[in-house]
Amino acid sequence: MSITIDVENLTKSYGTFTAVDNVSLHVDEGEVFGFLGPNGAGKTTTVRMLACLISKTSGRATVGGYDIGNSSDQPKIRGMIGFLPENVGLYEELSAYDNLDFYGRYYKLSIQRRREQIEYFLKMLGLWDKREDAAGTFSKGMKQKLAITRALIHDPKLLFLDEPTANLDPEASKTVRDFILELKKEKRTIFLNTHLLDEAERVCDQVAILKTKLIATGSPEDLRHSQSTRKVRVQLELADDAVAGAVKTLGFQIAEKTSNSLVIVVNNPEKENPEILKAIQTAGGRIQFVTEVGSSLEDVYLKLVRGAE
Amino acid sequence: MDLQSAWSVAAKDFRIYRKKINVIRASIAYPLIVGVLFPLILNYSIQKQPTAVAVALAPSLMDSFSIWFIIGAIIIPTAIASYSLVGEKLQKSLEPLLATPMTDGDILLGKSISGLLIPVASVYAGAIIFMALCDHFTQGVLGYLYYPNWHMGVILLVVPLASLMSVEINIIISARMTDARSAQQLGTLLILPFVGLYLAADLKIFPFTNTNLLILAGALALIDIAFFFVSKATFQREEILTRWK
Ligand SMILES: Nc1ncnc2c1ncn2[C@@H]1O[C@H](COP(=O)(O)OP(=O)(O)O)[C@@H](O)[C@H]1O
Ligand SMILES: [Mg+2]
Repeated sequence: MSITIDVENLTKSYGTFTAVDNVSLHVDEGEVFGFLGPNGAGKTTTVRMLACLISKTSGRATVGGYDIGNSSDQPKIRGMIGFLPENVGLYEELSAYDNLDFYGRYYKLSIQRRREQIEYFLKMLGLWDKREDAAGTFSKGMKQKLAITRALIHDPKLLFLDEPTANLDPEASKTVRDFILELKKEKRTIFLNTHLLDEAERVCDQVAILKTKLIATGSPEDLRHSQSTRKVRVQLELADDAVAGAVKTLGFQIAEKTSNSLVIVVNNPEKENPEILKAIQTAGGRIQFVTEVGSSLEDVYLKLVRGAE
Repeated sequence: MDLQSAWSVAAKDFRIYRKKINVIRASIAYPLIVGVLFPLILNYSIQKQPTAVAVALAPSLMDSFSIWFIIGAIIIPTAIASYSLVGEKLQKSLEPLLATPMTDGDILLGKSISGLLIPVASVYAGAIIFMALCDHFTQGVLGYLYYPNWHMGVILLVVPLASLMSVEINIIISARMTDARSAQQLGTLLILPFVGLYLAADLKIFPFTNTNLLILAGALALIDIAFFFVSKATFQREEILTRWK
């Protein structure tokens, strides 16, 4: 059975308020799928529906081939997923080890298997030495790591992670992100909610941008290309008219010019940059730096999200 | 329903209760008060009386203490309840739990077990100390061991049934309430019907004869069964996740 997620016109309303509106998407096996959107976009509501925690209002969705709307399929979905909620929900009085052991016991893992799993993940996340400490004494980052481990204790092939790095300091965020990449190497399918663009860009194969409705889907690469004009900034010792002229002669538009830099509008920088740079050099320009500008996923994202308002 | 799942929830709860000073305090204070203080009061009351008065007074005094075993069975679960379902709601630890295949029945059964065992153990411990000390103080006067007797036997049958009712009502209240304080306040109201029962006994409307206590036990057993289904019906996952503040 393949671990995919299929969502068709999924909608969730609270009374007259629609939190998630007609969302359709597909997540492939082994993929890290980034579900991106600002606060209140409906990300948590969506994963809660997919994890069968709350009901849908309309539409349909299957997780691992099981229907989220079918009450006999729901336990099967819950049994095969790992779920990291938005609020970690640890037992603060219990030790890190006991928090995990409880879930391991529930999943009927042998005491030995529990110990192996807990040791493996806690060592990987640098928490093994703290295993006997109460979870309540942990920092935010440590709690988040512990909660991710809890979601993994039964070795699920499909993971829902709701903003795993929200409110973490940069170092803890990086550990968590690297950990997600490790999980990806282990061929787990990961549905990752995030409001952080660079996170989506760094770890996701596919991205969907949500703002109650779905506003875009595709690879981070595709999205970047689809929406914005791409530009290249070339910094020179001296950006004189000869250099600018050479670029224009090639048919490129100059968006911005200073005494030592040019911002050039390009369509396909991977192909066009070498030509442009060669022309600049031929015209006597001495190139110091070449950087891409204004074509980040962030621009696309902001453009789309604002456009949806 | 899966007993093993339910037990894993209960075992986890016990680990938490072990760390809760209020739970420990309630479950130790109770047997001390009922088991030690009451026999001392008894002893004090009969000591200076002529034997004939003491012989008449002692049994009725001892019997009149028995309502406290039932009251303990009701109150101790309320003290613990704030760390049970309400605790889970406050820590938001129900969401990851509900994302496992665990059923509502498993969770509720686990919560009932963990809510029941400490109060019952505590009341039974109190009863054993109570009976031993009462016998110690009255044997000389009465010329026989008053305890164990059928009256206490029936009381100790009522205890777990009353405790279970209390646990279930606390579960129902905390599943419905959207904040911890109102859940706790409502839980304390539980004691009212038993105060009523106490008055009824005192006014001889429903004296605590063995037969009447057996009737009470039967009624409680039916109520317990009914409340388990009520608790299942009131345990609405979606509301618990989305309406709790
Ligand atoms: N139980 C609820 N009742 C009413 N509105 C809700 C409820 N839960 C969430 N919402 C609303 O639904 C929208 C989406 O929320 P959420 O899914 O939490 O967004 P995100 O996770 O993307 O930040 C928000 O506007 C939020 O206020
Ligand atoms: Mg959210």
